[in-house]
Parts: sequence; C-alpha cells; structure tokens
Amino acid sequence: MSLDASDIERIAHLARLEIAPEAIERYAADLSNILDLVAQMEKVDTTDVEPMAHPLHMSQRLRPDRVSEHDQRELFQATAPLTEDGLYLVPKVID
Amino acid sequence: MQNKSIAQLAAELRLRNYSSVELTRHYLERIARLDPRLNSFISVASESALAAAERADRAIASGDAGPLAGIPIAHKDTFCTAGIKTSCGSRMLDNFVAPYDATVVERLAAAGAVVLGKTNMDEFAMGSSNETSYYGPVHNPWDQDHVPGGSSGGSAAAVAARLCAAATGTDTGGSIRQPAALCGITGIKPTYGRCSRWGMIAFASSLDQAGVLARSAADAACVLDEMAGFDPRDSTSADVAVPDYVDALDNDIAGLRIGLPKEYFGEGLDPRVAAAVLDAIKEYERLGATVKEVSLPNSPLSVPVYYVVAPAECSSNLARFDGVRYGHRCEHPKDLEDLYKRSRAEGFGAEVQRRVMIGTYVLSAGYYDAYYLKAQKIRHLIADDFARAFEDVDVIMGPTAPTTAFPLGAKTDDPVAMYLNDIYTIATNLAGLPGMSIPVEPVEGLPVGLQIIGNYFQEARLLNVAHRFQHVTHWHQVAPSGFE
Repeated sequence: MSLDASDIERIAHLARLEIAPEAIERYAADLSNILDLVAQMEKVDTTDVEPMAHPLHMSQRLRPDRVSEHDQRELFQATAPLTEDGLYLVPKVID
Repeated sequence: MQNKSIAQLAAELRLRNYSSVELTRHYLERIARLDPRLNSFISVASESALAAAERADRAIASGDAGPLAGIPIAHKDTFCTAGIKTSCGSRMLDNFVAPYDATVVERLAAAGAVVLGKTNMDEFAMGSSNETSYYGPVHNPWDQDHVPGGSSGGSAAAVAARLCAAATGTDTGGSIRQPAALCGITGIKPTYGRCSRWGMIAFASSLDQAGVLARSAADAACVLDEMAGFDPRDSTSADVAVPDYVDALDNDIAGLRIGLPKEYFGEGLDPRVAAAVLDAIKEYERLGATVKEVSLPNSPLSVPVYYVVAPAECSSNLARFDGVRYGHRCEHPKDLEDLYKRSRAEGFGAEVQRRVMIGTYVLSAGYYDAYYLKAQKIRHLIADDFARAFEDVDVIMGPTAPTTAFPLGAKTDDPVAMYLNDIYTIATNLAGLPGMSIPVEPVEGLPVGLQIIGNYFQEARLLNVAHRFQHVTHWHQVAPSGFE
C-alpha cells in the first residue's frame, strides 16, 4: 500500500494535524511501510470469525443514572489555556 | 537501604530502625545524585514525598499504618496525580497538573506509599525504547549508551538503579514487560481490567493495563495487592475477587506444566537470548515442572493487528487534546481549525503524529472493514490460540524481547523495525491475558527477560512461579555497576 502526498494531506486534515510541506514525503514513506506491515492480515481467512470487541467478552457496564459529581468548573478551568467568565475561549467561529 | 526488599523495609520501618522520612531522604538523595545519568524521572516531588513520609511515620507510631506505609515508590507519568505534573511524556501536557488522583495512585496512597515523583516514558506510551519522550531519552543503567526499553522505561530504569523501591507502569503492547526485561527487573502486566484505568491517560483503551515494575516478584506482589481490584469508576474494570498475592508466593510448583510456543523461538530471536531463556526453563524442570511445546499459530500476526487496533484507538483517545480545555495551545490562532491543527502539531511528537495518522486512516470511510474490523477478527483468532494452549499447560514461557537492550538511536529512523521489539509481548495484550518478565542470566552484561504468560486472572500463579525461580537464582538481586 503506497500513500502519496495528497493522501497524507487528507489524513492530516482528518486528524487535525498541521503537517509541514517538507515532512510530507517522510510521512508518506513511514505510513506506507506501516501499511505494508499491516497488509499481512489480508492472507488470513476470517470468514465466520466474530470481531473481538473486548478482551474478556464483557459488555460495557452502565452506571446508575444519577448525579455523582459536584460542580468543579473552577478547578478544571484552572488548567485551561484561556477562559473568561467560566467559559473556554476559542477564536471567533461565527461572524 | 536501597537493596532491601519491600517486606524488609516495611518490617524495619515498623521496628523503628529508621523512619520513612530518613528512607525517603535517602532515595531523594540517590535520585539527585544518580538520575542525571539516566533521566528516568520527569518530576521529583521532594516536598510532598517528605510530607507523605511524615504522615506514614505518624501512622506507624500510632499502629494504624497501611501495608505500604512509608515505602518510597514512583508513578509512571501517565497516571494523574493531583498537585504533581502529569505530562505523559509529551509537550502537549508539559503544563498539566491533574485536578485529581488516578485510582491506582489513590489506592497506593491509601496503603501508605510515598510518591517520590513521576517517571519518564515514551510520549503517550507510544514506543519501545523510551526515545520518544519530550523530556529526552532514558538511559539504561546497565549501559548508559543503550535504551531501557519502552514505554515504561523511566520506571524500569529507576527501579533497576535503586532510585525507588517499586514503580507503576502501563502495558499496551509490552510496555511493562519489555523494559523490565531490558533493565533486569521484574514486571507484571495483570489481566485486562484487573487494575483500574481511571485517571490513567488513555492510549489504546482495549489494550491498556496498569501494572508494577519491581526488583522481585515478592516486591511486585506487595504492590499489586494494593493496586488490583474492581473500580466502579472504570467501566472496563473487572468485578472479579482479588486473591492475596503475597500469600500465594511460596506455593509449591512441582508438577507445573510449562508450554513453550514454537513460534517464540524462531527467526529474529538472538540465539544468546534463546539460550539464556532455555537455561532458565531447565531450572524450572529442576524445580519439578514439566515442559511441553505448544503452538500459537496466529502469533506472527500480532504485530500487524496491534498496529491497526492501537493507532485506531489512540487516534480516537488523543482527539481530546485540542488546545481548548487543557494542554498546549499554539500562539495567535487565526481560526478554530488553525488552533486545533497547530496546537496538536506543536504538542505531539513525530511517533504520536504517525500513530494518530495511521489510526485516522484505518478508521476513515471505506477502510474500516479492511483494517479495523479485520484486525479485531484476527485478534479473536489470537485469543483462541491461547485458549487452546491453556487446555494443556498452566503457564506459557518464552523470551520477553528478541534481543538485549540496543544502542540509543539504533532504530529511531525505522518505525517498523522498532515495532518488532514487542513481537513476543503484544499477543497477550490483544488477548487480555496477564504476563510477567523476570530477569535470567544476562548476555554480555546486558539483562535478559523470561516471559511468563498465564490464563485470565492468574496473576497469583505468575507471581508464585516467578518467586520460586527467584528463590533459587540471584539475577534479580544484581545491581547495575555504579548503582549498587
């Protein structure tokens, strides 16, 4: 499996990563090599094999639907890059 | 002091031969003096450690002390610790102080353990050599030009160099066992779900498991006794009773049936490592065990399957690092998308970005069935191989890693070559089984690990099997030169 520059740009966009133009070739080579390693899976017959969603075949446990956490907004926002009046600030999204 | 077992330290603290404050100062002094050669710590928490030691001394004096009261340990920097930076080895979290403790941290604190600091690790636990950390590589105490193994390499190096009595680690594809092997210590990855993942920064959620790195199986049992158990806050935590691991250490192992997977002794294995591992298995035969060849026919596929499942889950887990609520944010973003893209590009290192991109690709429209679904099906076949093997044997043994520690930088330009270092450990994570690594006879001065794999929730048996070997051998007691 060989990925080209446009594949890398598309994947980087989906992953929300900025990739420097000079790094694209390297990423294409590295990711193609990894996909070549992964291609070994193709030769395995998996007809009628159930995918393994959980190592212990357990289903997700649900907790009771009741409030168990108190408001810690100030504590959590203390580590935020930028806040104001209890809100997280980001660049303007809507004009 | 630094060469005593946890049980000895606990007994001597109770006899008041020395205080926990004295013991903690002793370890802090060793860290200050010796760690510049290793870079095994990201944060040293002297003040809070000494405060915890004082509390432990008071608890001991009042007869109200927990089992690990006053014992100095370290946490891998992926466990959230209130008041101490939790970086996960990444620039992304270089400024992050978690507002809470992980369950594992909480439980060990409740048992009285003193946290000396946070250990260095591959960034977001992605790596096999501890060279991807934002804080620089960790050096192997046995030869400082060599890697300690990854991703719990800081924990492994710190324990091997006697900079702490034990340390926590996490194992997603071998990240406790492989560095334990390369640093000549004992490491145990319990069954998936045995120790809580709550407050552990997630890498690949269906594979990640917390465990212990210690000098011996007996020390590991002391720590695991306090860490293991059901946690309602972790929805993947297993609600299965935890036996007393220390109590099980001395059980007789005569009649133990050992399986040797033929696929673990083929091409790629350094013959000197193979010889050391087979010699150790002969020791088990002298202890009354029987040995039988078993087959894990799908095990060669474990690396390819892992490099679909782990990146897929990591790309999803690492989506939360967006520069908005915590972590690194780029300067002067021109819009929201620019904020996301540049914050993540600046915050994540090359290996993390590679894996996020692979994961994004294999989960993207049109590729999910060919990659992720296919990998999850083969994962089932890998787990079935183990189930068949455990019909005939009690434990499976083999090498932990194909070679001894390699020189720093030797594989950093070739991700695929690096990935193959975990070839013998990954399958147990895919299956969710417990695994251990214990030191056997070194090769040319560098440690070699024997891997012991057990059936689900058989940690007590693994620790017992390891302890019996350590009862008749001394490899776990040898300190690296300069760190005695």
